[in-house]
Amino acid sequence: MRGKAAIVGVTDAVSPTGELEVTGRALEAQVVRDALDDAGLTLADIDGVCHSSSMQFAEFLGINARFTDSTMTGGSVYEVYLEHAASAIAAGVAECILVVFAQTPRASRTEAKRRGGSAPPRGRPGMWGGPNPMAEWEMPYGLQGPIGGYALAASRHMAQYGTTPEQLATIAVKTREWASLNPRAKSRDPLTVDDVLASDMVASPLHKLDCCLVTDGAGAFIVTSAERARDLRKPPVYVLGAATAHTHMMISQMPDLTVTPGALSGPNAFDMAGIKPGDVDVLLGYDSFTITQLLHFEDLGFCAKGEGGPFVESTNIGPGGTLPTNTNGGGLSYTHPGAYGMFLVVEAVRQLRGECGPRQVDGADVAVAHGSGMVLSCMSTAVLGTEAAL
Amino acid sequence: MTPTRLEPEATEISDPFWDATREQRYLVQWCAACGAPIFYPREVCPKCLSPDSLEWRESSGRGTVYAVSVQHRPANPTMADRVPYVVALVEVDAGDGASTIRVMSNIVNCDPLAVRVGDAVTLAWEALSDGRQLPVFEPTVEGEMT
Repeated sequence: MRGKAAIVGVTDAVSPTGELEVTGRALEAQVVRDALDDAGLTLADIDGVCHSSSMQFAEFLGINARFTDSTMTGGSVYEVYLEHAASAIAAGVAECILVVFAQTPRASRTEAKRRGGSAPPRGRPGMWGGPNPMAEWEMPYGLQGPIGGYALAASRHMAQYGTTPEQLATIAVKTREWASLNPRAKSRDPLTVDDVLASDMVASPLHKLDCCLVTDGAGAFIVTSAERARDLRKPPVYVLGAATAHTHMMISQMPDLTVTPGALSGPNAFDMAGIKPGDVDVLLGYDSFTITQLLHFEDLGFCAKGEGGPFVESTNIGPGGTLPTNTNGGGLSYTHPGAYGMFLVVEAVRQLRGECGPRQVDGADVAVAHGSGMVLSCMSTAVLGTEAAL
Repeated sequence: MTPTRLEPEATEISDPFWDATREQRYLVQWCAACGAPIFYPREVCPKCLSPDSLEWRESSGRGTVYAVSVQHRPANPTMADRVPYVVALVEVDAGDGASTIRVMSNIVNCDPLAVRVGDAVTLAWEALSDGRQLPVFEPTVEGEMT
């Protein structure tokens, strides 16, 4: 990392009175503009964001981010962001990372007095504090969360590319075949396309069996240096490539409902690892819904955009198939406690160690764990490999 | 009047939009400098970052369904008696007859199962408890819009 990154634009906003007139997002925008001017850059150059709520902030400015950090360590976090940003730049993960801070306790106090006492600011706070456009522009219309956002994406994909409910259901059926080989999976009974299509419609075009489970679950993993890893008990699983991208926070702001930010994170991670889709022995894709996995196949490059439907008809993604996908049974049939991404990594490591028993993919050297966050908002791709894949 | 569904809480930035709904006018925020519409309304233009070039223009209310999902279960108890109802993303005229913004809304006054991507829709309104009106859409009747 030494000498691999530099700070090129700085600004601060202060006032002799101790109180600023501009607050909130407007203040953040002001310091962003001044820092860009100072550096001679434009907003379009920015490809990474460090902010206490980086996804909402990036959505506000329309930034498509391939590096994102909302770590919170209190007052030291801006040095932590600098450290993370510099390591990301040294690693080639991003080129231009914007770090932003704004806090106006005095202006907030004045504003509260003006409102009479301790009246809270208007607008419901977002998930991580700050403004929440979703409460104003989406929630009144009663879209079920999170399924509704995925249903809208599925409807658009069907209209644009002719994707069918049967093709989506095929993903649930093949994933169930894997679950039947996993004694720890929640749903193991055989499943047919007709079963999926006959299950309750929840948010069209998605049926109940297009949806992941709701279960309890937990997991953990440990990362160390390659050198240290070689002296430990189990064969090391190496991180060959990793990349992240986000394009929006709420579904109505997604630039194109048929293209996820995995179209950026996937190729970036594959390039870093020096692999092509054909090199992947096991694919673990976050299958919150059948449509989610279908979009992964396209955005990771296993097939062209729009051809996910025909792809799952012609390519066996189940046991014995050419692209073993979600070998633990996935979020659809194994487990799904909420943030399922943990289980993608755990299964990838188990497959690469050869620990999977009846569901083991023979000779697996390269596995991909591809996580999805919010409503197709943030994708993160990890390429993992055995010693042989180094 | 008591709220019959979750009601949008306006901010100082969006007050002009919601105030105009009282007269059934649909305003779109624009950046005059960039010549581009902005949705949702923001403190600055997300392209040029200027807070000084923002203005409001009135939409014709014409739109096209970009994506659609029929909700067969209510998202919250206030929607229970509406099931099944349509939530859609609508590309609505931004005020110049050429540009559009994409917004979430409901498609009403129709068979919910018949709404398709690409359908032409027209702005309609549903009263909120405080005199504001919630913009929703209904299928465009042939020959109705000029």
